[in-house]
Amino acid sequence: MNAGSRSFGRFSVMGFLAVFVLSVLSTGVSATERLMVTGSSSVAPIALEIAKRFEATRPDVQIEIQTGGSARGIHDARKGLADIGMVSRRLEPSEGDLTGHTIALDAVTMITHAKNPILGLDRSQIIDIYTDKIDDWSQIEDFKGPIVVVNKADGRSTLEVFLKYTQLKSNGIKSDIIIGDNEQAIKTVSTNPLAIAYVSVGASTYHIENGLPLRMVAVDGVVPNAKSLAEGNLPMIRELNFVTAGMPEGLTAEFIAFATSPSVADILDAFYVLPPAE
Amino acid sequence: MSVALDDRPTNASGHGRLLVLALTWLAPAIVAAAFLWLIGDVVLRGIGGVDWNFIVDVPRNAGRAGGIAPIIVSTFLVILVCVAVAVPLSLFAALFLAEFSRASVPMSRIIRLSLNCLAAVPSIVFGIFGNALFCVALGMGYSILSGGLTLACMVLPILIRTMENAIRAVPEDYRLGAAALGLSKSQVIIRVILPLSIPGLLVGLLLGVGRALAETAALVFTSGYVDRMPSSLLDSGRTLSIHILDLSMNVAGGDKNAYASVLVLGVLILVINSGIAALLFFSKRRSGLTS
Amino acid sequence: MYYPPRSKDWLAHKLLLFSSRSAAAVSASVLVLAIAVVTLESLPAIRDIGLWRMLSDESWHPSSDSFGLAPMLLGTVLVTVLAIVIAAPLAVVSAVFRQFYAPRALGGIYRRLIELLAGIPSVVFGLWGLTVLVPLISRIEPPGASLLAASLVLALMILPTIELISATALADVPHHHYLAARALGLSREQAVWKVVMPSAVSGICAGTILGVARAAGETMAVMMVAGNVVQFPDSVFAPVRTLSANIALEVAYAVDLHRASLFASGLIMIIMTLFAFCCAEAIAHSRKSYRVGRA
Repeated sequence: MNAGSRSFGRFSVMGFLAVFVLSVLSTGVSATERLMVTGSSSVAPIALEIAKRFEATRPDVQIEIQTGGSARGIHDARKGLADIGMVSRRLEPSEGDLTGHTIALDAVTMITHAKNPILGLDRSQIIDIYTDKIDDWSQIEDFKGPIVVVNKADGRSTLEVFLKYTQLKSNGIKSDIIIGDNEQAIKTVSTNPLAIAYVSVGASTYHIENGLPLRMVAVDGVVPNAKSLAEGNLPMIRELNFVTAGMPEGLTAEFIAFATSPSVADILDAFYVLPPAE
Repeated sequence: MSVALDDRPTNASGHGRLLVLALTWLAPAIVAAAFLWLIGDVVLRGIGGVDWNFIVDVPRNAGRAGGIAPIIVSTFLVILVCVAVAVPLSLFAALFLAEFSRASVPMSRIIRLSLNCLAAVPSIVFGIFGNALFCVALGMGYSILSGGLTLACMVLPILIRTMENAIRAVPEDYRLGAAALGLSKSQVIIRVILPLSIPGLLVGLLLGVGRALAETAALVFTSGYVDRMPSSLLDSGRTLSIHILDLSMNVAGGDKNAYASVLVLGVLILVINSGIAALLFFSKRRSGLTS
Repeated sequence: MYYPPRSKDWLAHKLLLFSSRSAAAVSASVLVLAIAVVTLESLPAIRDIGLWRMLSDESWHPSSDSFGLAPMLLGTVLVTVLAIVIAAPLAVVSAVFRQFYAPRALGGIYRRLIELLAGIPSVVFGLWGLTVLVPLISRIEPPGASLLAASLVLALMILPTIELISATALADVPHHHYLAARALGLSREQAVWKVVMPSAVSGICAGTILGVARAAGETMAVMMVAGNVVQFPDSVFAPVRTLSANIALEVAYAVDLHRASLFASGLIMIIMTLFAFCCAEAIAHSRKSYRVGRA
């Protein structure tokens, strides 16, 4: 064998690799119709379950869900990077270019570790805890230890809901740990008896029922449960929205119609969120 | 240095010398203890979670239960893309540096400098670079392809460096002897130098794969978080490292499976490292015989 | 060397030359491409916020139009310095131990251990830090996720790098220097620290700077254990956020100017690491007689 044909052999191996890669790519592209859904980590788990059920009825469809916060949901829907953006708050007037489709109502509440004897807090106490005016649990209840304040990073809508309720500015909060997703807040609090965080009622109820040592604290005297949620008494309530640039069409419209139909009611129940008011 | 020096004459073996001696034994003892603690923890906490089911099952309940089959597949695919792009590129670039240019030529100095700098760039910067270029600008989205390409950029320097060394390690006699037999330069390279440097080239390949396996920061924002079985390279795929990150940060009750995944990752890395050690041993013995 | 252009060989040669040249050019341009992309993405921030405001704004609240990176720059520096202060002495003494004190077998085992550690992924250190170290520190002083936790985890991570390079630097000092010193009646300690060490110090410094670069750029392990509060820490038990953790924590969520400012902090990280790299090169080349850093 001479040098020339050897090197061509080498090239043909690379050529084969290139063809292989391309063919894998193209089969992936042509086989299924896909829908890109990005945004809020509060909506994502619900959207994922809805998507699974939708995919079961439509095997040719693949729905990809990426979390990235409400800001990302707005941005991606606007720029066309996603077919649907997930936003866990009401759309603002400046976001008039987007169409919102409310899929559920969710409440935000304060959580502590189950070992913490605190059962209720009112708004002024929450403000004092989050501004370090109260920095030890003994100032509220017979429970010793410095309060570990868990806060969320900028751009998360749970933070926005919390700020709206407390009327605090994000730079006025004195936190001890900053986390990203809801899940991280739940993990942090369930492993630290001194911690307090704000997360969605849905997520916390789910984890409490699965045996995590957490407690949802009554806020302003209202105990977070299915009843108070249904009656709309909880102080921190927000919309969970799908948003699209303009009116949705085709597969996007089909999926949104499915997500707002009664056929997903049991999924909403399972996540302890309410179907949107008619 | 933290160790006190003994200025007194040698015959006065005072407390100072003893202290230095004690510290010299203490430091490695501390290091060894810390590392045995870490490795012991990983093995003890992970071992209960690893069984055959864990390898072949899909993650359930956000990874708390079930296994890591799709994650192993995604990891493999990301590395495949990375290797398919980086290895040919590195091989030819290394050939250029070792055979087609002298070290003193400005061109080769610039290339070397650029690669050394690239090696120093933090992986999170590769992550946002890959996100901006592959995911957004080139429209690949969060995908195994984006992740693999980002990794390829990242492992280039280490791959080229080891491959260049491997090619240079072929004794000059072989080049001269082959040339004396009338082989042209390209023939010398293809028929003599490359076959002889195969063990060294494989070491480079394995180093790159090891680096890719361990990577997290460059992949979180390029290959993404989705833990489903990927059906194409344009799907988002979660690698083992990202799975560990997600389980430990975001999943309450996910620690057990996080440690089990660490154990799987550790075994993979051990296999790769032993491969490197074996290749080095093998090539050393051979060069010992021939020189 | 020149070969007569025999048709087939000539073609193969040209092909080989062409592909290796272009591969080298492509590889070299990756750095340029990376810097260009990151710069391009950070342009809106540099234009609309300006580098000065990024350094002088009091804190980091992108949603309230406050883009101060200073607390995170300080956080990065503190975490790195503390990690080096913990790791470097341990690593250098370990290298000395391995080269001059350890019995042959023990030294070999120790080397294996260090190499094993060098291969552990950063996310594993992070996981261990989060589940073992942070709860331990939390018992002393809550919240546990802190400057101290981040520095300890980082110290463990960079220790192997510094140890391996230091040992190489020590081994590269000709052994007869050590033998001559012993023959002149110096103790082992004196021979090591006064005769061998001064010759190896440039290599050890280069290794330490590589450790610094690695520590400053490390992301996931630090993000997992540092607490990530943007503030000037008032003790080692206070949580901090580093530049890299800031990017990792927010880039998926960031849009527009927020995203651009994160890329700008990436650009700052590139500049910092290239600076550290140049320092390491300068130190390594200042003593040409000894080869350093095989890494």
